[in-house]
Amino acid sequence: MSFGQTPSQTVGPFFHFALPNEKYETLVTDKTKGERIKIEGRIVDGDGAPLPDAIIEIWQANAEGRYDHADDQQEKPLDPTFHGWGRSATDKDGRFRFHTIKPGPVPGPGNTLQAPHVSVTVLARGMLKHLVTRLYFEGEKLNADDPILARISEPERRSTLVARGGKDGVYAFDIVLQGDNETVFFDV
Amino acid sequence: MRARLQPEDTVSDPIPYKPQDKGAWPPSLFPAYTSTIKRSPKKPLVIIPQTLSEVTGPVYGHSRIDKDDNDLTLGHAGEPLGERIIVTGRVLDENGRPVPHTLVELWQCNAAGRYAHKVDQHPAPLDPNFTGAGRAVTDADGRYRFVTIKPGAYPWKNHHNAWRPAHIHFSLFGSSFLTRLVTQMFFPGDPLFPFDPIFNGIPDPKARDRMICKFDLDTTQPEWALGYQFDIVLRGRDATPMEH
Repeated sequence: MSFGQTPSQTVGPFFHFALPNEKYETLVTDKTKGERIKIEGRIVDGDGAPLPDAIIEIWQANAEGRYDHADDQQEKPLDPTFHGWGRSATDKDGRFRFHTIKPGPVPGPGNTLQAPHVSVTVLARGMLKHLVTRLYFEGEKLNADDPILARISEPERRSTLVARGGKDGVYAFDIVLQGDNETVFFDV
Repeated sequence: MRARLQPEDTVSDPIPYKPQDKGAWPPSLFPAYTSTIKRSPKKPLVIIPQTLSEVTGPVYGHSRIDKDDNDLTLGHAGEPLGERIIVTGRVLDENGRPVPHTLVELWQCNAAGRYAHKVDQHPAPLDPNFTGAGRAVTDADGRYRFVTIKPGAYPWKNHHNAWRPAHIHFSLFGSSFLTRLVTQMFFPGDPLFPFDPIFNGIPDPKARDRMICKFDLDTTQPEWALGYQFDIVLRGRDATPMEH
């Protein structure tokens, strides 16, 4: 018996009645520990045109830097009110948003420390497979030593992963699928 | 075979998942599917190691499943038109291990080939008794089961006289951020396969066949519904910790 991977196919344009739910855009409750933030972004194609039919998913650690997952065996507290997953379908202007908390740093390869970041999945019509990237935070000191950002050989491209702002807890994170200022996507 | 050192599984350097199978995972750019042309990155993907952020992932916390969420023929005033079918199968990893308690989301058009979606302008009738979205969670054996109707083929504007083979969309999470999979399930013997750039965007023909369900007489229920089996295989870990 063979156990070859099932191939990826596009999510297509007609997922809205099945996948998104406004409540998936809010990862926190009143009781969630940590610094409240809002992530706002826009996704555009190679012509700079917004994608009105994309779906963005995020995955992140809690404020202490622990993931709500059995494989995270760190001795840091879990937060029963925070699971770290969100999903937002873009509107007609290609905009998506999440209400969450800033994650804490998590361990990286070889006992390094990863700067606070959010893992991002991008799905849309015209994408046979989803793309993955990361969101980092402007003004975060740990960015300079982040082992994943360091993998990006052109330093000027690292800035495509850094969400701007932070004033009033709002971070702007745009995703450019192609062309000038193309977002760095990962093979992992 | 050469003996291999068993890697240690730590939060800093977790045991990695096997790579995406390049025969099964399509390229971002596949010009025959015209929408990929402006929506694919031009720069190469940056290879990164798998860290704790990648080997963890959402595990069914985000949505509770209600009874009947896996029966798309219920929840309306009447029964939908079309051929009633049962779609069931197991979610496995590459090592053949079941993936239990994972969310499976599914959506499709109706028997006439029309989605209950405002953007779908195909002049085929909507069915007031069919929306076409369902959810299930796999059991301890990795098994899921849906009751629905067979979706129709429908035209799309990718090229002249373009028609999608009948398909059901599937979305799965699996055990980590890396096992995320959105795919489509097709039906055996569809004459539209050779003409569909989405199906043919998968490089390896054998891998394409893994998206086609199998008719199964044992799953078929007499006087009620045809049965199809569709197993889904997600990325698996490269090596598993030694069992002592």
